[in-house]
Amino acid sequence: MPDTAQDLHTEVMDLILGPSHPATHGTIRLNVKLDGETLVEVDVEPGFLHRGFEKECEDHKWNQCVIYTDRLNYVSPIINNVGFAMAVEKLCGISDQIPLRGQYLRVILSEMCRITDHLTCLAAVTMELGAFTAFLYFIKAREWFYELLESVTGARVTYSWTRIGGVRADIPDGFADKTKVALSRTREVLAEIHRLFTNNRIFLDRTVDIGVISREDAVSYGITGPWLRSTGVAYDVRKSHPYLVYGELDFEIPIAHNGDNYDRYLIRMREMEQSIRIIEQALAKLPGGPVSIPDHRYTYPDKQLVYTNIEALINQFKLVYEELRPPAGEAYAYVEGGNGELGFYVVSNGANKPWKCRVHPPCFPIMAALGQVLKGYMLADIIPTFGSVNMIGGEMDR
Amino acid sequence: MSKEVLDKLLAKFPDAVVSTHNRCGDETALIKRERLLEVMRWLRDECAFEMLMDLTAVDYLGEELRFEVVYHLKSLSRNYRLRVKARVPEDDPTLASLTPLWKGANWFERECHEFYGIRFQGHPDLRPLLLYPEFKGYPLRKDYPLDGRQPRLPLIAPEGKRFPRALDETGHEGEKLPEDSHEHGEF
Repeated sequence: MPDTAQDLHTEVMDLILGPSHPATHGTIRLNVKLDGETLVEVDVEPGFLHRGFEKECEDHKWNQCVIYTDRLNYVSPIINNVGFAMAVEKLCGISDQIPLRGQYLRVILSEMCRITDHLTCLAAVTMELGAFTAFLYFIKAREWFYELLESVTGARVTYSWTRIGGVRADIPDGFADKTKVALSRTREVLAEIHRLFTNNRIFLDRTVDIGVISREDAVSYGITGPWLRSTGVAYDVRKSHPYLVYGELDFEIPIAHNGDNYDRYLIRMREMEQSIRIIEQALAKLPGGPVSIPDHRYTYPDKQLVYTNIEALINQFKLVYEELRPPAGEAYAYVEGGNGELGFYVVSNGANKPWKCRVHPPCFPIMAALGQVLKGYMLADIIPTFGSVNMIGGEMDR
Repeated sequence: MSKEVLDKLLAKFPDAVVSTHNRCGDETALIKRERLLEVMRWLRDECAFEMLMDLTAVDYLGEELRFEVVYHLKSLSRNYRLRVKARVPEDDPTLASLTPLWKGANWFERECHEFYGIRFQGHPDLRPLLLYPEFKGYPLRKDYPLDGRQPRLPLIAPEGKRFPRALDETGHEGEKLPEDSHEHGEF
């Protein structure tokens, strides 16, 4: 029993935080034991958003699963789309046939989604710490990217943009110019936010040395992303195992060493700047040509051809009715999501539906560690720490 | 790079490794489940696999050893990966827990247990994680129907007390909802 409980003859109090608490975002329950305001024990109870992602995938054709991946991390759906498509492409052995333009577009839109992911995370953290104005700044910038993504995919949140073997749509005319405007305006917003928060006394008090995780613990829990990088480990899938065209682009992996909430805020801010750099380079290097592989066992033929050419018609018919059939086998593909390594483990038995489609959500190991991380801090420290996890119910509970 | 690890693993545990492959570029070793903890400990300590990246199971309904538990290991310092698999039969789906080796194994094994019914021996706390405690069956097994429904539970407060406006059988607290009200989802 803690000392204060003995001195003052108080008892340890049980408190249930959530599943829908006004000061948190995301549906999750924290069963907390409190000594005064100190957290003695935190038991994290997720699962309120479980909707059987894997079970549903096993009943749908491969390309239909792309739509489910949107709902995993719904603030950066394109990264999920890309990760799933890469896993199936790896299974089919067509990873190296994706046209360069398609790969560049996947990188550009993934990085946009990374920016929206980080903006959303930081917006929520700052709002929950009382800074509602800052929330609007972040969301204003996020809106520009939502508009750009909408101009490509036709949707604002659930993009379903990739297809196995490529992407569904090329970028519209004028996309590059609009993106450049949005990027330069986002740089201004980031500078504004830096001025608001980076040396803000209230913000520092709430985040510095709060929610500290050691490097050993982070590694042992299997944590990746900003949480791992805040402990000084420069692991980023884009650098360690370059996929798509990340190897050809110049960017840095920001790291920090204290492993606290403030470091994770700084890392997310710097990562957005790096993402802006990546998008600018990728737009400058963007080659012409097709966006999907021309192999019509995987992708649809041009609509004009379907109506005029019998082979194209047959291809279209076969793809719609039978879908692609990857060879029997298993593959694990991983990309860098907003919160860390996002992995897809797919197993095929040669049919047109996955035998197994497992997603490794990046926030899952962080949530597993959260109970241990929070122990010993104050009740109010749950809010910024949980906020910096950026738990997305969709991918946590699947 | 990871090919060397596979060779080392085969040389070190020739009787524990059932088969290996590296299709799709993923080095994979299928090992006997009795040797799992020993092999994993060696992989972590001698081959620098500091991270257990992912743990899941696959249900091969109809095969003799029905379940395959799949571990994805990652080495930060040497930047390579390995997939380790172990098969367990349906009538005795038990496997050693890896919680002594990696802290992250705790939640992964809880999840695997509730969805596939694989019991991890030595796990400190195999409570359900994403499902609720009253859930019957293992939903990701292939013989669990896609439209399987679970009975509706009464609303019970954690201490065992009923909430004041609980919709109990008599319905005398609060207004009783029509029979099919759960069809409309939760609010």
